[in-house]
Amino acid sequence: MYKILEAKELTSNIYLMVVEAKRVAKACYPGQFIIVRTDENSERIPLTICDYDRKKGTVTIVFQIVGSGTEFMSHLKAGDAFHDFVGPLGCPSEFVKEDLAELKKKNILFVAGGVGTAPVYPQVKWLHEQGINADVIVGAKTKDLLILEKEMEAVAGNLYVTTDDGSYGRSGMVTQTITDLVNDGKTYDVCVAIGPMIMMKFVCKLTKELNIPTIVSLNPIMVDGTGMCGACRVTVGGEVKFACVDGPEFDGHLVNFDEAMQRQQIYKTAEGRAYLKAKEGDTHHGGCGHCGGEE
Amino acid sequence: MDVLKKVPVREQDAKERATNFEEVCLGYNKEEAMEEAARCINCKNAQCVKGCPVSINIPGFIEKVKEGDMESAYQIISESSALPAVCGRVCPQESQCEGKCIRGIKGEAISIGKLERFVADWASENNIKPQGAEEKNGKKVAVIGSGPAGLTCAGDLAKLGYDVTIFEALHEAGGVLVYGIPEFRLPKTKVVAKEIENVKSLGVKIETNVIVGKSVTIDELMDEEGFDAVFIGSGAGLPKFMGIPGEQANGVFSANEYLTRSNLMKAFDENSTTPIMRGKKVAVVGGGNVAMDAARTALRLGAEVHIVYRRSEEELPARVEEVHHAKEEGIIFDLLTNPVEILTDDQGWVNGIKCIKMELGEPDASGRRRPVEVPGSEFVIEVDTVIMSLGTSPNPLISSTTEGLEVNKWKCIVADEKFGKTTKEGVYAGGDAVTGAATVILAMGAGRAGARGIDEYLKNK
Repeated sequence: MYKILEAKELTSNIYLMVVEAKRVAKACYPGQFIIVRTDENSERIPLTICDYDRKKGTVTIVFQIVGSGTEFMSHLKAGDAFHDFVGPLGCPSEFVKEDLAELKKKNILFVAGGVGTAPVYPQVKWLHEQGINADVIVGAKTKDLLILEKEMEAVAGNLYVTTDDGSYGRSGMVTQTITDLVNDGKTYDVCVAIGPMIMMKFVCKLTKELNIPTIVSLNPIMVDGTGMCGACRVTVGGEVKFACVDGPEFDGHLVNFDEAMQRQQIYKTAEGRAYLKAKEGDTHHGGCGHCGGEE
Repeated sequence: MDVLKKVPVREQDAKERATNFEEVCLGYNKEEAMEEAARCINCKNAQCVKGCPVSINIPGFIEKVKEGDMESAYQIISESSALPAVCGRVCPQESQCEGKCIRGIKGEAISIGKLERFVADWASENNIKPQGAEEKNGKKVAVIGSGPAGLTCAGDLAKLGYDVTIFEALHEAGGVLVYGIPEFRLPKTKVVAKEIENVKSLGVKIETNVIVGKSVTIDELMDEEGFDAVFIGSGAGLPKFMGIPGEQANGVFSANEYLTRSNLMKAFDENSTTPIMRGKKVAVVGGGNVAMDAARTALRLGAEVHIVYRRSEEELPARVEEVHHAKEEGIIFDLLTNPVEILTDDQGWVNGIKCIKMELGEPDASGRRRPVEVPGSEFVIEVDTVIMSLGTSPNPLISSTTEGLEVNKWKCIVADEKFGKTTKEGVYAGGDAVTGAATVILAMGAGRAGARGIDEYLKNK
């Protein structure tokens, strides 16, 4: 069992938990993920690592309620425990292994969307600890869905917050902010974009035009997370890759996003819609990961 | 009684079992087992033992069954096998022990597998445990993977007095016995969990949720956690795909994914939180045991199922019993047929599989006649689900993070057959991680060899 030391709701439907997982905390790096199971009958849910403390042996995860599994998880409190917590899975972010002197010469831009802010945070923090201050754009649909703003501010070089509806910070999509920054004369050697698939697709479209190499982190359907099931296969540069072992980070300019988005629909079936309608009636408004409604 | 014929084994009716996940074969009862055992002529130079990868004293245990002394029969099997209830169910006996049986020359071979199964089940029902070591020797061994190779190696070493810890990547111990082989062939609670309990009763510890190569490396296990030797039995987990157009479509799964969802995650049960695609018409590509398992699972989930295999029936690599059961249950065999493309609708979902007819040509390197395409014979089978069962290859997670551990061009770990010794000192390996995908019993044989190798190494250290 893996004890939950802290559990809080960051904003509506987004939760943060600090979990005791000594082996993961000792071995993990930014960019990697874990798989968690709430109890002995739960499904395996992959989540990108948001933070870790090697001394305390803890790992922080952030998740949004997108289905029954995450809904069940959200009821856990400090003092409860996860039945399973395994990792770290996937490869660390590439810069972790890069020559530090070379890395310090680079201007790095992070683009975080929604709950994707959580996996961006440890990367920016890691760079900050090496004395590198990266620019960070955080986008959210609306002010109430913004997470980890203070934490990000503490480790980012410049932080640009934007909301789709203009309720906080700048107004508009993250791509607008990227365009604004570049128009203001900023130059970037590399961009890391993590958020909803559709956001990453459009960021990549833009950065390709701007000629900024871009890394994205994919979170496709997976079961085991160790390369065994092949559910997470994605096409990158015409080659089939498994996100769990070859990724989760890939060259965004080579990812076939349309295929990846289509594959996310596999279990969002008509049957699922019917089931949820029967179960939840009019109270269900999508976002469950099964009904095909908007997240 | 006709001594030339096997005592028939009771099975669930084919029509009935096609709709449930209960075990197909019901096994012998005591009377039937004793009657079958009486057919054994107790050869002096027993060929069956030579056919067994773990060299069970087969005439010895059958002799005890004849006498009705099941406890002694169990202890004889336990000397050589840690998982008799599993092997009695899933070993390809026809090409091993039973294939060499002298009785089989004129008439039918002794049902060695069914007798082994009976003895193991009897022991489990009567709470008989294998005998452990009398004294611990204080040396620590790490075993990576809790599948057949790992469990066997761990069990053997524990019997020799070693302090053994198994590290398992998934949340449940058992490896392929749990995620790969379906409930209707190998019951999880009644059989697999009990065999694992038996291994634990020998003093073996199992730590789940540890991915060696990710959570911890082999060097860390040896340098920081005090393990004197390591056995790698991590299996061959990576699924192969064909590389044909349409393979990324929604509704194309690896057999590994399909079976893991159903077996490990219990998705066959409506109450499971893990979803599985319940197709109406399913094509399973491949002809091995895994293909049969996937096909029979899809059938039980309500589909019409086609096995698409490019060679003829004779070359099907699956156990004869599995093919026989699959046919009885209504699986359709499209033999000498090879997929060339997976067809999709405008939403990216599978709606057909385009195949080409094959004919057998000259024998290839494997000695089997090579299938060649019949020009212009393409046709489409309408399906909504395609399951690729083309074999698996070893996972590079361990080999890529362990310095000094040599792999061959197929990414299989290089290890000698007799002792499982790898190119890294103190590190032994066996099972699918070394050979590529094979059988449960061959992995167990390799687990035994690894245990012998580790014992030799640590005794002299």
